[in-house]
Formats: sequence, C-alpha cells, structure tokens
Amino acid sequence: MKALEVRNVTYKYPIARTNVLENISFSVNKGEFVAIVGKNGCGKTTLCNILRGFIPSFHQGKFAGTVLINEKNIKQMSMGEIAVAIGFVFQNPFIQVSGIKHSVFNEVAYGLENLGIDREEMIGRTEQILKDLKMNDLRDKHPVELSGGQRQRVALASVLVMDPDILIIDEPTSQLDPQSTEKVFEIIRLLKERNKTIILVEHKIDLISEYADRVILIDDKRIVFDDLTQKVLVNKKVLSYGVNLPQVAKLGIKFEEQTDFRLDYIPSVLTDAINVFKKYV
Amino acid sequence: MEGIRVENASYSYDNGYIAVDNVSLEIKKGENLAIIGQNGAGKTTLVKMFNGLLRPQKGKIYVDNEDVSNLTVAQISRKVGYVFQNPGEQIFNPTVYDEIAYTPRYFKLKEKEVAQKVQDAAELCNIIDYLKLNPYDLPFSLRKFVTIASVIAMGTEHIILDEPTAGQDLFGLEQQKKIIKELLKRGKTVITITHDMEFVAENFSRVIVMTDKKIVADKNKRAIFWDFEILKKSSIKQLYVSMLAKELAMKNNVISIDEFIHEVTKK
Ligand SMILES: Nc1ncnc2c1ncn2[C@@H]1O[C@H](COP(=O)(O)OP(=O)(O)OP(=O)(O)O)[C@@H](O)[C@H]1O
Ligand SMILES: Nc1ncnc2c1ncn2[C@@H]1O[C@H](COP(=O)(O)OP(=O)(O)OP(=O)(O)O)[C@@H](O)[C@H]1O
Ligand SMILES: [Mg+2]
Ligand SMILES: [Mg+2]
Repeated sequence: MKALEVRNVTYKYPIARTNVLENISFSVNKGEFVAIVGKNGCGKTTLCNILRGFIPSFHQGKFAGTVLINEKNIKQMSMGEIAVAIGFVFQNPFIQVSGIKHSVFNEVAYGLENLGIDREEMIGRTEQILKDLKMNDLRDKHPVELSGGQRQRVALASVLVMDPDILIIDEPTSQLDPQSTEKVFEIIRLLKERNKTIILVEHKIDLISEYADRVILIDDKRIVFDDLTQKVLVNKKVLSYGVNLPQVAKLGIKFEEQTDFRLDYIPSVLTDAINVFKKYV
Repeated sequence: MEGIRVENASYSYDNGYIAVDNVSLEIKKGENLAIIGQNGAGKTTLVKMFNGLLRPQKGKIYVDNEDVSNLTVAQISRKVGYVFQNPGEQIFNPTVYDEIAYTPRYFKLKEKEVAQKVQDAAELCNIIDYLKLNPYDLPFSLRKFVTIASVIAMGTEHIILDEPTAGQDLFGLEQQKKIIKELLKRGKTVITITHDMEFVAENFSRVIVMTDKKIVADKNKRAIFWDFEILKKSSIKQLYVSMLAKELAMKNNVISIDEFIHEVTKK
C-alpha cells in the first residue's frame, strides 16, 4: 500500500518569481524509509509542507498537482485528520516547544493530553519515549532551560510519543552530538520495523547511507535522483548538487582515481568498505 | 598574553544548575580551534562567558590580559564576537543589511565606513544578494551566514562560532572553511563549536572536548579521534575512515581519506 503519493506537484511562493518545485512525482510505500536530500534552499522543507497539506492550505501562491495520504486525496481530508495520520517534526528545534509546560516530561506528554488519552497510558508512553531517547536526566528540566541539542530531542520526542503511522522529520539531528544522532537513526529503524513510514530530511549522509532504504535528491526544482540508497550514494555526481557522499564512498572513488587498483564496487556503508578494502591491507 | 584566558571558571544558571564547573584554558590570539562534546556538556555556556553574556560566579576570564569582570558587556563585545547557536536569539533588524550594519552604526562609524564593513562581511559570507531581504525570509541555513556576517562586521579580534555547521550543505561548509581561513589570515582568533567530525578533521588541529561541565581533553585532533575512552565519554564518534582503518587493523591512526590511501599504497 502507498502511504504517500505526490503527482505532478508544482508550487510557487507568493512573492517568488519562479517555481520552487516543478512537476514532482513520487510515492512512498507503507513501511519504507526515504531520505530527502539536496542543497540548502532546494525545497526540502517546502516539500514536507506540501506532504502535510500545509501548502496550499496556509500558504498563498500557485499550487498544482495531487497529494494522497494512505491513498486518499489530501483535499478531502481535514487538518485534524491529516494531523492524526502524519507526525511532523519541524526543522527549527528552537520553535517547537509549547511554551505552556514547565517540565520536559509534561512537554512530551502534552500531545497525548490533548488527545484525552487515559492518564496511565499517557505516563507509560511518555516514560518509554524518554527512555528510548536517553532523556531521563532531562525529565524535570524546564523546556526553556535546555541546550540546543536537548531542545531538539524534546521536539522529536513530543512527536514520536504520538506514535503516528507516517512520520515526516525535517532535520531532526542538526544540533545533536554524534552519539545522539546515531540514537535517533536507531529509533527510526525500530519504527520502520514496526511498519511505520518515514520521510527524513537530513544532511548527515554517512547515517542516511547506513539506515535509509531510498534516497530522493532534489535540485533546481526537480527530482534528480530517486533510487536505492546504495545506488545513489556512490555516484560522484551527487557532490556537484551540494550533497555530500559517505566518507567510505569518497574514499573508494578517490582510491580508484589515484591508484591502478579497481575495487569490486564502491562501498556506501562501513561493512561494505571493510569487504572491499581488506584485500589491500 | 593576548587572547582568552579562563581561570577556574564556574557558571550556574538561575535555577541553581551548574553548567560549567571549574574550567581553565588558554587560547592565544590568532589561534584556530574547535570545541566539541556531547549535548548539554556546557560548550555554549562556556563561550558565552568569553564575551560577558554570562558572568562566572567563580573564577576569572581574561581577554587580552584584562579581567572582564571589570568591563561592561558593550566593552567586551568590542573584543570578542559571538555568533549564537540559535540565530533567532541574535537577529532583530528588519533587513539583512541593517542587521550587519548594527554594530558599526552603534560604534558611530560614518555611513560610508558602515557600508564598507557590510560589503566586506557580506562578501565573505556570500550573502550579497540578500542584503535587502528580511533575515526571517531566508532559510535557516542562510540566516546563519547573516549572523556570522554581523559578527565579522563588528571587527573584533576574537570570534566564536557556535554550531555554524548545523544544517549546512556542502557549499555552505566550503564557505565556512573559507571564512575561517580568511579570518585567520586577518590575525583573528577563531573558536568553533561543532558536532561535525569531518569538519573538525579538515579544519582544525587543536581540539577541546567538553563533557559534563568540564574539559576532558585538549589536544591534537588525531590524539582525540583515537582516544576511545574520550570518544565514549563525550558522545563523539570516530570518522568513518578511522573506523575502517581500525577494523582493518591498520597502523598510524589515520584521520583522512588521503592518509588512508597513503597507508594502503606506500609499500
Ligand atoms: N514563505 C516563503 N516565501 C517565499 N519563499 C520561500 C518561503 N519559504 C521558503 N522560501 C524559498 O523557497 C526555497 C526553498 O526553501 P526550503 O526551506 O524549502 O529549502 P530547504 O531545501 O528546506 O533548505 P534548507 O536545507 O536550508 O533547510 C528557498 O529559496 C526559500 O528562500
Ligand atoms: N537558561 C538555562 N537555565 C538553566 N539551565 C540551562 C540553561 N541553558 C542551558 N542550561 C543547562 O546547562 C547545561 C549546559 O548547556 P549548554 O547550552 O552550555 O550545552 P552545550 O554543550 O552547548 O550543548 P549543545 O551541544 O546541545 O548545544 C545543559 O544541561 C542545559 O540543560
Ligand atoms: Mg529545510
Ligand atoms: Mg550549545
């Protein structure tokens, strides 16, 4: 089943002279983990806002095309319905706290409280997510008294706790230290194992490479790559779009350029790199 | 010594939480270094003390040999410029131009000199095309360059960049490399906080690691990236080439692609 589908979407912001996205089409199967990459300003956040119906509902401008969520036209869905189907994590972690709650624990539980979820379940789910994200030491802190990375984890936890079937996550790890970043990717993998659908916008290519099923690369309004991760992230051309390659792929490419050796293939993840390089060491 | 000297400084926030505990360090003028370490370690708190945004309850901070507790924030900010982790805390002018021009105007420079400073900083940050726009109409990644440009235009001798690499694409990272190089060429001190280990390996030699309110290491990047105890303790990861070299039991603790290739091909 298709969890999300975009057909021939074109959009222009009201004050803009040109389209930001043009004729975008792709679909995402239920249980798939797709990473969206592209240089700054290429339209990744815009696309996320289109997927959750925020554009065109709350933005003027010129919109054409069709978006389907769980095979239902988004035009036939209310904002409330969409919000239940899709969990959305904003790019800017500094803005996504409610400003109402006085502890991280209550902040994370806030969405469940709004849904009128039974108190015991609410506490149980909140406890679990704090544990999963290794945030127990933050539980009693005031949300405004957090470091940049701590805030970003609270923003993510507040959405994960709602347990939506589709997650759209816009750069959830930009302020996170390397281990917390890895933790977030591990959690996404667990969600995927539970058949959740994940759309992730990220710049951290080494981790995308280790975890995502598929990569969509956007440049100059269009999709320029849409393929399996290990096919896209070994292609040198990716660099010319302002997107990094995994360090092991760059190593493989440079190794072939500078020596007479030919690798069995260009590796995109660490285990593959170990395999192709072990005979040279 | 010209530069920044921290002597046994501690800082606790109003709620009593100790964020920096008895930290000492020395940074010479013209030095280029990175501060890394886990979320909540106290990196931002530490550097905010360098320019007087936060005042240590214990210990001393000296900038160019002057005890900053004797200076006002306005006086210190002529010496130390700080680019906020969150651009939203820093930007408050209606256009990019006004934002960058704010401090030069505050220093009562003539409009012509102000324009020169803005031009120079905006060129260095590659944001000339956006001078007339509202900073909040720019994507987050570009907004960061607006804040960097504002601090460059202040003309301070010491510059702190707090997480400039967050959310940047390859071109943005390249631009930041250029900016750091140019600032060093101008004799400035550059202190960069970042979680991007590839950026650290490519741009710095001295690396300071903070964990749980304290500095736990202050040494060369190679020593850091192969010190497994430090890596674990401070939530840092090795570079992928280093992980690969370790798995293959290679010698010489490589930390770059070129070093890896050299190791493999030298025999
Ligand atoms: N509300 C808006 N009005 C007009 N233009 C906008 C608006 N929001 C974004 N844009 C422009 O649309 C383009 C795409 O922006 P978007 O935020 O989608 O990019 P992005 O790929 O998410 O970038 P980043 O990697 O920096 O997050 C940019 O040129 C941006 O300036
Ligand atoms: N305004 C505040 N009031 C109380 N505590 C705070 C405040 N700001 C930060 N803290 C706490 O102080 C500690 C250090 O925060 P700081 O912002 O210095 O960390 P950091 O190393 O910069 O982290 P990050 O990598 O996430 O930006 C954290 O545990 C944080 O929760
Ligand atoms: Mg974005
Ligand atoms: Mg910080």
